Amino acid sequence: MTIFWVFVYLIIVAFLGYLGYRHTKGASDYLVAGRKVHPFIMALSYGATFISTSAIVGFGGAAGVFGMGLLYLTFLNIFVGILIAFIVFGKRTRRMGYHLDSHTFPELLGRRFQSPFIQKFAGIVIFLFMPLYTAVVLIGAAKYIEQQFAIEYVTALIFFTLIVAVYVIMGGLKGVMYTDAFQGSIMAIGMLSLIIFTYYNLGGIIKSHVDLTALTPPPPLAAKGHMGWTSMPALGSDFWWTLVSTIIMGVGIGVLAQPQLVVRFMTVKSNRELNRAVAIGGIFILLMTGVAFTSGALSNVWFTKNEKGIKYCEISGAILEICPGKKIVKIDEKNIEKFKPQYKDIKPGDEIDLHKDVPHKETTKGSLSIVAAGGVVENIIPQFVKQSMPHWFSILFMLTLLAAAMSTLSSQFHAMGTAIGRDFYMQIIKDKKAAEERSVFINKMGIGVTILVSVVLAYFLPVIYSKGEAIIARGTSIFFGLCAGTFLPAYISALYLKRITKAGVVAGMLSGFTVAFFWLVFVLEKEAMAIGLCQALFGKPTLLSSPWTMIDPMFISFPTSLIVTLVVSLFTQKLSENHIKHCFQGIGK
Amino acid sequence: MLGLGDVWVFMAYLLCVLSAILCAVYGFVKWNDDEEPYTDEAKRWAEEEAEIEKTL
Repeated sequence: MTIFWVFVYLIIVAFLGYLGYRHTKGASDYLVAGRKVHPFIMALSYGATFISTSAIVGFGGAAGVFGMGLLYLTFLNIFVGILIAFIVFGKRTRRMGYHLDSHTFPELLGRRFQSPFIQKFAGIVIFLFMPLYTAVVLIGAAKYIEQQFAIEYVTALIFFTLIVAVYVIMGGLKGVMYTDAFQGSIMAIGMLSLIIFTYYNLGGIIKSHVDLTALTPPPPLAAKGHMGWTSMPALGSDFWWTLVSTIIMGVGIGVLAQPQLVVRFMTVKSNRELNRAVAIGGIFILLMTGVAFTSGALSNVWFTKNEKGIKYCEISGAILEICPGKKIVKIDEKNIEKFKPQYKDIKPGDEIDLHKDVPHKETTKGSLSIVAAGGVVENIIPQFVKQSMPHWFSILFMLTLLAAAMSTLSSQFHAMGTAIGRDFYMQIIKDKKAAEERSVFINKMGIGVTILVSVVLAYFLPVIYSKGEAIIARGTSIFFGLCAGTFLPAYISALYLKRITKAGVVAGMLSGFTVAFFWLVFVLEKEAMAIGLCQALFGKPTLLSSPWTMIDPMFISFPTSLIVTLVVSLFTQKLSENHIKHCFQGIGK
Repeated sequence: MLGLGDVWVFMAYLLCVLSAILCAVYGFVKWNDDEEPYTDEAKRWAEEEAEIEKTL
């Protein structure tokens, strides 16, 4: 039944993609269609591009661990990601984009500051690092398919990648507005149903909140600063820094400099459409991340109550059907006596697998979401939906996630394709005619390579990061933070600061990128340890200690880039008056 | 506080709803503002965009 609805959905998407493609075939047809883009379509398209499986499965799962403090990210998603993005950035971006005939984010920055280097550099950063974000979107979709059909993760990943590849080959990157709007509508229905069901199942809004407040965090979480699922973590604790700096601020602010979102502002007829889109966009985002984070946190109430008698494995604590068959315990001075009778030669520091060669032990005892999900953050939302909702809703939610993933992926592939083709390749080739002839090939090769890299990352990331790491949330945060550090000061300067120079922006972008990259490789604990370069070069996992190892790169790279941009601009040559006048024509009036 | 355990989380819950309402109010109040004529520049941009889509 699920497969049938997936096919129906794919056929509708393909049909809408075909309609969009037909519209773009002739430039005049396109202009008619393009100019008629309704603000409702634009807002849903923007929202569907903005919100992916990363937000729903990844960050929703993170809310299952961190609690409802994640709602500050929803607030930023709406206030910064919609209100400020559309009004403060969008309107000027649209006008300046037309004045400079810019079609990509790197092109806008490059032409504004009359620097092909800026365009090439931004293009290559997007091409090299966006696959990380693409990979976590793939992981989000594959994790849900894995849980829904109880199949291997790798099978789910290949299955979903094939769907995406067919979509791309069939022209899914063309005329994406209508398909995105359709996908946005499915997402809105799916998420609205999710919050209604969640509150209904748990006895209403206040009762479910009270029950969630009553849950006590287990000692390992409390030790890291967890104060409960309806409270913020202890100020300054590891959990607080991760939640506030990486999850909330990194993504909440980083959204302003997302290349695939910036270009959306140019697709509407006038700023009037952007005003109208704000109304729809704000409500849409509340329905997406607000619902995902609230439901993710509330899933703890449902799993602990275990009202439907879900079977767990007593040894691992996970739901029986997803029990990993593994339960690692680290031996220390306190617990060594307990295990000695069974494991004679153990010593403190050893790790033993309690589940090795021991069959599952069934129990119906309730547990926290993260335990029920077998320790995998990304399994929380899929398991919650699968176990607590009616079957038809699981199908609707599956379509919701497919829609969320495909709408974001199509815009990501679009951004990466143009980044390598138009922003990099076309800029380094002197013979423009020959370059244009080869542009189709280069774009397609670029997209092919990025799909491949994304899939490889989507396969290896869950293997590299051990359980409980919220890899989707971290991967998204890293990319958003990198964009904020590298592009945001340049973007703000482009739209608002006439005195900023080409040299200032080049220095700012390079310093922002370098600092963010350095922080990632040598300071940020989980990432530096996974990459291993710091250990290899300096013999220690990170160069600094806590709390620095928990602080998102954006907190260091963004101020650095901003200061460097401003200071260098003070001492370098201004852009010509004429150029500035051309860029700002009709802006700020 | 709607059953929430911490005033900060209650504020987050409230801010989410209020910011969505603010977006809705802004959009509806300014529903007919900022209309612009369709310029040649915008038309050229759309033509070029259609060309780029063909290369993808």
